[in-house]
Amino acid sequence: MTQQSIRALINRDIALARAQGGGLGAALGFILAVMVLVPLALGPDQALLQRLAPGMMWLALLLSVLLTADRMFQQDYEDGSLDVMLMGHLPFELVTLTKAIAHWLTVSLPLAIITPPLGLLLNIDTAQLPILWLSMILGSLALSLLASIGGAVTAGLRRGGLLVSLLILPLYVPVLIFGVAASTANLGPNSSTPALIMLSALTLMSLVVAPWASAAALRAYLR
Amino acid sequence: MQKFANPAQFLKLAKAALPFLWAITALLFAVGLYGALVTSPPDYQQGETVRIMYVHVPAASLALMIYVAMAIFSAVAIIFRHPLADAAAKTAAPIGAVYCFLALATGSLWGKPMWGTWWVWDARLTSMFVLMLLYLGYMAIWQSIEEPTRAAAIARIVAIVGVINVPIVKFSVNWWNTLHQPASILKMGGPSIDTSMLWPLLTMMAAFGFLFLGLQLTSMRSEIAMRKLRQARLLEIGNR
Amino acid sequence: MPQPLRLKAENLACERGGRLVFSNVNFTLNAGELMELRGANGSGKSSLLRLLAGLNTPADGTVHFENGIADFTLAEQAHYIGHVEANKPALSVIENLKFWANFLESELNENSLAAFKLEALASDRTLLLSAGQRRRLSLSRLTIAPRSVWLLDEPTVGLDAASLLNLQKLIKKHLKCGGMAIAATHTELGIKSTHELHMDKTP
Repeated sequence: MTQQSIRALINRDIALARAQGGGLGAALGFILAVMVLVPLALGPDQALLQRLAPGMMWLALLLSVLLTADRMFQQDYEDGSLDVMLMGHLPFELVTLTKAIAHWLTVSLPLAIITPPLGLLLNIDTAQLPILWLSMILGSLALSLLASIGGAVTAGLRRGGLLVSLLILPLYVPVLIFGVAASTANLGPNSSTPALIMLSALTLMSLVVAPWASAAALRAYLR
Repeated sequence: MQKFANPAQFLKLAKAALPFLWAITALLFAVGLYGALVTSPPDYQQGETVRIMYVHVPAASLALMIYVAMAIFSAVAIIFRHPLADAAAKTAAPIGAVYCFLALATGSLWGKPMWGTWWVWDARLTSMFVLMLLYLGYMAIWQSIEEPTRAAAIARIVAIVGVINVPIVKFSVNWWNTLHQPASILKMGGPSIDTSMLWPLLTMMAAFGFLFLGLQLTSMRSEIAMRKLRQARLLEIGNR
Repeated sequence: MPQPLRLKAENLACERGGRLVFSNVNFTLNAGELMELRGANGSGKSSLLRLLAGLNTPADGTVHFENGIADFTLAEQAHYIGHVEANKPALSVIENLKFWANFLESELNENSLAAFKLEALASDRTLLLSAGQRRRLSLSRLTIAPRSVWLLDEPTVGLDAASLLNLQKLIKKHLKCGGMAIAATHTELGIKSTHELHMDKTP
């Protein structure tokens, strides 16, 4: 029976993202802006751009997900949906986990799929695409989960946008480091595998911590 | 445990303990600074600038310890619903943040003569920087949420998530640092340090620790007073 | 033959932001009974309902819910209709209802739309509904999953005469089936209530 609730919640969030445009459009615009502005800022040196590309792409992905974090629970909190969800049979930690996964499906995952090809604007080697896709798709789940912590912690705040960035940024540091390390390791003598393993470990860890932390924060707001 | 949980008992205890704490702090600073500035030798490589270490290292380690203490207070608040635990975590944060800032500032001052630049993305400094962000985020939560019980509940979670994040950041930054820079120049501590440098360092560490305790008890006292004031004001509104 | 439900509150107190909203609230509600909460603004009617709905923890006292479903808490056997709608403006009326039906592990039946005459509006986006129509939509949540305790915070606000009649019918039917309801109201609900709790009397 739990599945019915989870499916309902995921379907609703996807339908909402589709109806309202969600944050995906704005986030995509942000990534595109970075891809266009970086060469304008640094000059069209192809070798330099190629060297900086993976880091810039990860940065763009990370910040664009960050932009959508503060809206993750805000509406549901304000319109009383969370009240009803708290009264449901579904454990509240599963509610927050499901919402984070819905966020991943509607925002982070599409961005992680679209960003690597956009890197061609920064002169990345097409041979880099598979590892970029792999690391970004893996890392984007951690990004969504960690964003859910920030979103929950600021759900009841009118202007939570800036605070959310301050709170999530430290949590995103390891994801950024291992994400970029995984995407660039094969350019040097190293293998991407250790960084990918670390990235997976981070994702698993957020999978454990984020639902608990978000649920606890939202409960505090509902009280 | 229950005895200390009572704010009145705590206030009495704090009031009695504070003069001793300040005295110990002053003594430790006097001895530590004498050792650091006078008796300890200049480093054969770094010269006199090595004396920055006697502020930098204690401030940095205390900043880290205070954050861990904040998380422990928060966990105690969740598990035992101890009425003073939230106040303790709340008042520890600004002190920890100042220590953290001190560590960053002295690190930067150290960097100028050592590396010829005010800031280097050294693994240790970078981790400190992230810790500073964690402190700022934690304090911002108390600032932005008006209702104290709600702010306390949210702040607990932020502190605990933060403390889980600290070792991960530390590990990842070390990883990143070894990728980009061969070795850290800031190498110290461990068994290689000479006794003439070690004892002033440990004394300064203790001095910073007792300074924290004194500041912490003082600000907890005012925090408890503020709470009482707020309660009285609310009662007044309720009776109107 | 299952035992009839009973909801018993003893010595309840509620605190919000360090202030005691109410204290020493006692009542016993049996199956088929309706209790009306009365009191001025700020007397704690909404706080009491939220407390019963599990959205707040009591500062003191206990709530016993007897003979309900053993594995579920009171909140999990209750419907709470608050001031906000818990419906999404971007979704249609039927989509909102379907979501809550599925989330609450039930299935949408025709009665849900019919209860408040929402059939004609079913495929309209909730955004386009008037305040009264939105209120009817959130009240419809009562019909989508069977739950034995209804907690209603000013359910009549914004309802026209016909909808009020529908609400009365719905509550009466619920009570007749052995459920119970607690409603905070300023106006007459139009149903004979068995209990009235005056929140002002408890300082």
